[in-house]
Amino acid sequence: MSVMTYIGAIGAAQQEAMIADERVIIIGEDVEANVYGTTGGGKQRAEKGDFVEQFGNRRIRNTPISEEAIVGAAIGAAMTGLRPIVDLSYSSFLYMAMDQLVNQAAKNRYMFGGQSSVPVVFRSAMFYGLNTGAHHSDRPYPMFMNVPGLKIIAPASASDAKGLLRQAIDSDDPVMSFEAVPLWGLKEEIEDKEYRIPFGKARIRREGSDVTVVGISGSLPLALKAAEAMAEEHGISCEVIDPRTLVPLDTATIVESVRKTGRLVLAEPAHRACGATAEIAATVAEEAQDALRAPIRRLTAPNMQIPFSPALEAQLYPTTEKIAAAIRQVVGLEEAVKERISA
Amino acid sequence: MLRKADLQNDTLLEMQRRMIRIRLFDERASKMVKRGYIPGTVHTSIGQEAQVVGACMALRKGDHITGNHRSHGHPIGMGSPLGPLMAELVGKATGVCRGKGGSLHLADYAHGSLGESGITGSSIPIAVGAGLSAQTLGEDRVAMCFFGDGAANQGVLYESMNLASAWKLPVIFLCENNHYALSTPAHTVTGGRIVDRAAGFGMPGVRVENGQNVLDVHEAVSEAAARGRRGDGPTLVEVMTYRYREHSEGLRINVDYRDTNEREIWLARDPIQAHRAWLIAEGVASEAELDALADAIAQEVEDCVTFTMESPDPEPKAAFEDLYTDPYDLEAVL
Ligand SMILES: Cc1ncc(C[n+]2csc(CCOP(=O)(O)OP(=O)(O)O)c2C)c(N)n1
Ligand SMILES: [Mg+2]
Repeated sequence: MSVMTYIGAIGAAQQEAMIADERVIIIGEDVEANVYGTTGGGKQRAEKGDFVEQFGNRRIRNTPISEEAIVGAAIGAAMTGLRPIVDLSYSSFLYMAMDQLVNQAAKNRYMFGGQSSVPVVFRSAMFYGLNTGAHHSDRPYPMFMNVPGLKIIAPASASDAKGLLRQAIDSDDPVMSFEAVPLWGLKEEIEDKEYRIPFGKARIRREGSDVTVVGISGSLPLALKAAEAMAEEHGISCEVIDPRTLVPLDTATIVESVRKTGRLVLAEPAHRACGATAEIAATVAEEAQDALRAPIRRLTAPNMQIPFSPALEAQLYPTTEKIAAAIRQVVGLEEAVKERISA
Repeated sequence: MLRKADLQNDTLLEMQRRMIRIRLFDERASKMVKRGYIPGTVHTSIGQEAQVVGACMALRKGDHITGNHRSHGHPIGMGSPLGPLMAELVGKATGVCRGKGGSLHLADYAHGSLGESGITGSSIPIAVGAGLSAQTLGEDRVAMCFFGDGAANQGVLYESMNLASAWKLPVIFLCENNHYALSTPAHTVTGGRIVDRAAGFGMPGVRVENGQNVLDVHEAVSEAAARGRRGDGPTLVEVMTYRYREHSEGLRINVDYRDTNEREIWLARDPIQAHRAWLIAEGVASEAELDALADAIAQEVEDCVTFTMESPDPEPKAAFEDLYTDPYDLEAVL
């Protein structure tokens, strides 16, 4: 076992995959100079682990700023023998390539009656909460959940980032990886041997019996902290679940947990409307309404653009405190506190 | 003037065969739209056969093409059999895409056709990707994308041309300039000549002025393909041509956007008639032989319709297949 950061794990997964399979290539802006830290050992060519030194310029493809062509070319290359990883850097830039992602990557296999497969990974990072303003802070994964044909991963820990990315690169279908920049420095013990994490299997990060708390991407560590605080302060036992992949989505594990706890709190950094938590809430309402002892609570960013000022931005996302308050509410603690005050 | 390039007689005849195949297939498809056998509409390549066949036959086995909504000629030009193509237009289980694509989304991987596209311009970078895989894997093949004069005004073309040129990819950008994008005359929406745009990306641009001459098209595209194979990068080939029919079958446009004389002029330069006359003049084939060839293709088209009509509809469950490579949980999507 060795300790790795979330971003280090992504780099390590890419490196392993590049070594394991000659067909894997990396395409993206500024990947050659390792600007975003996942294509090299350090920031200099001379540093050990530099990807260009290791794999050459045929496989480390530094691109022009042409998101639509990059994504389209990666799709075409995937349809004809390569297994490209496209590094789109900021998730906000995915919109430049929307046609290729939605009309080509997602539809080709289906439209052509199964003749093609599109083994490509689109990596992008969600730079939210970092005062980058509205053009760089998107968390757009829910939009893509609405596009059949894509698979979506949203790791929330270093070990999951590594295992899910390896699985994504092995996948014969297009996979979008949404990486949370606030988690880049998050550390975790990681197995030294190569491993993959199957899609559609949620990870129960903490077992509990009173409340099911689902955290997506950057909201997961906050959910864990809130669960810990609730256990310490009130003796509330939370089961914390990380779906890890949004397509396919392991609703079975969540529904099963809700059947046990009777309460559900959901947290994610995306906008509220049609978010991943909306999908989970709807599924639980359809399948386990009878088990619910309190209304479902969702913590999301509001349907509001992201402001620049540090004084404005932070309030928009779920926090440990907001998740804790929701947990208190679903177990009726808020009411109990209110009753005590009014008495 | 028509020339006999260094081509074998059977290649010269095959050109005629494929051009007639496109013409008769599309004429038949047009009728089937009108009679309601083909749901929706189709876009025919009638009048553009030389442009399609000259380009496709300049490629080799293993090369790839991508195309657009004017979609039937491209796979036929690559040698795709007609039965599964017609069955696809009608939406049968035996369609080349199992009835999931239809006219707009024909693809025949066995013949290098990576897929037509209902979104104009959208398949251009796909061909660039096929060129990228060829270069990266060291495979001796080229990729060609077909797009119209209308799509030539989409930004994706220029990102794609730049990328292909910067990386010296074996790609042929083939612009089918039929002078109109639906009802819009190209000259009213196009700044400068399309072919001249190649220079801005440091690649050769070739304009085939007589795109109704299959040999001219073949020669230009052969050169572009050879250049790609040599590792010298992409080429833009603009082929001047004309569609005889309306933009799509059944479409009625009340505004007179095309000059009536113009059509007569183009009809007089018909690519199939021209090649036929040339084959006879050069002694490649006799009138009788060429009549027999046309008859055989008429029979092929008859057979492809029979095949289609005798084919079963797809099972409803086919709608839930082919989304992913692994089996998909039906329960999850219903
Ligand atoms: C992105 C997009 N915009 C508009 C359309 C509607 N449309 C379909 S074909 C067409 C004209 C295309 O003209 P051109 O590229 O010259 O091809 P042609 O039909 O002449 O072969 C238009 C506007 C479309 N299918 N896709
Ligand atoms: Mg046109």
